[in-house]
Amino acid sequence: MSKPHLLVHEKKDTVGVVVVEGLKAGTDMLCVVTHDNSDFRLTAKMDIPIGHKVALKDIKSGETIWKYGQDIGKAKADVKQGEHLHVHNAKTKRW
Amino acid sequence: MSIVANFDLVKGKLARIKGRKIEAPEFKAPVVKRPTGRSLDSFLGWRRENDRVGVRNHVLLLPLDDLSNAACEAVANNIKGTLAIPHAYGRLQFGEDLDVHFRTLIGTGSNPNVAAVIVIGIEDGWTKRVVDGIAKTGKPVVGFGIEGHGDIATIAKASYVAKEFVQWATELQREKCGIEELWVSTKCGESDTTTGLSSCPTVGNMYDKWIPRGVYGVFGETSEITGAEHLCKARAATPEVGERWYKMWKAYQDDVIEAHKTDDLSDSQPTKGNIAGGLTTIEEKALGNLEKIGRECTYIDILQPAEAPTKGPGLYYMDTSSAAAECVTLMAAGGYVVHTFPTGQGNVIGNPIVPVIKITGNPKTMRTMPEHIDVDVSGILRRDMTIPQAGDALIENIVRTANGRLTAAEALGHREFSMTKLYRSA
Repeated sequence: MSKPHLLVHEKKDTVGVVVVEGLKAGTDMLCVVTHDNSDFRLTAKMDIPIGHKVALKDIKSGETIWKYGQDIGKAKADVKQGEHLHVHNAKTKRW
Repeated sequence: MSIVANFDLVKGKLARIKGRKIEAPEFKAPVVKRPTGRSLDSFLGWRRENDRVGVRNHVLLLPLDDLSNAACEAVANNIKGTLAIPHAYGRLQFGEDLDVHFRTLIGTGSNPNVAAVIVIGIEDGWTKRVVDGIAKTGKPVVGFGIEGHGDIATIAKASYVAKEFVQWATELQREKCGIEELWVSTKCGESDTTTGLSSCPTVGNMYDKWIPRGVYGVFGETSEITGAEHLCKARAATPEVGERWYKMWKAYQDDVIEAHKTDDLSDSQPTKGNIAGGLTTIEEKALGNLEKIGRECTYIDILQPAEAPTKGPGLYYMDTSSAAAECVTLMAAGGYVVHTFPTGQGNVIGNPIVPVIKITGNPKTMRTMPEHIDVDVSGILRRDMTIPQAGDALIENIVRTANGRLTAAEALGHREFSMTKLYRSA
């Protein structure tokens, strides 16, 4: 299998993790779901650092974000598919 | 990165070295033949008087309190092959906080990686309490109180004893022991999204393979389960243990977080380093953290900070802070002899008495600070290494470390010994 740009834990997830350094906007990313080794393509809309997350679909402000098939918090702004999702547009539900 | 504030004096110098790269020199690695065919089912360790097995053979200078650090360090300077472990506390503590202090000191001295101990305290009473606690293991232990004698006489007396202890300990031989005699702890640090994808599941795979064979394991980090508490509770061996775990976790939320928080903790949990590495929320961090207990393991009991397990082989939960050095110190005091430490952004931690094995899957960390990493599992992110293969690589590294190979942290001199403090002293 060729080297993926993005790894996703579970099918249900709405975010994936960039696993290559220097990912540029416009990259046609190879995305792999680690749970079942299935893959898909997605275009990165921004430069996104390694380890940071990409929205796999449009996520509305207030909507729950899913990773590991679990609730990891909520969006605090609208996030478009392929955009960087992090502390500027997402937040914990705990504290 | 340089962080400079109000230091005009050094600004020029920093500017001159900016951009200068320091790289490992090119050299031809020596061709070293490692013994081949050595089994991963056994290791060479030191069997102690109480039948526990250690993988290191330290003679410790253990200060009861902050005031006794200087004397301990002076003895360690006099007598080669000894190790002083200075720390910040030990005066006017009381209640549960004092219990944790004594448990940590006695547990550290009792750890099978320690051959013999000299305890030095400001006064005799509490010094004796630590000596008596360690003496239960049957290992040589002597205590000295400073009051009424002064540092110099105490250092002289302790140095005579330390010399005898070192010469005795260095003659002790390793013997072949089954891996079921290993106690292996885990805690991750400077985590990022790669830890949940690679290095934490690597530790989980090791536990899935080794816990059924009789290895003792432990995980903890109570604040860092927040967001995955429903999953953690469900991984208890029985509903009763799960209920006790949940009660402990909830008490931490109510008595510590709610009582002391001044903001929403977003700068502490996740940490700045976690956030730089791509982790956004505590829930996300917790789910990655929990990958360390694998797919199959269940925990059989809940340990207080620095408490030794008593329910036999298996995986335990210890109620610890998520701060790396505090947590590893408590687990070492619980009797664990090897620590596995997944990191994403590159935590550099070590421990004075327990080898800390660092595992990373982050290729950037492997590129920028490889001298701190013992097991590289970045192949998982490239999909050219599976989790079970990574687990096997970790198992091989643990056995080699148990046999005597120094970890990166040991070679670099990392000896972080951090006492857990529950509240203000009297």
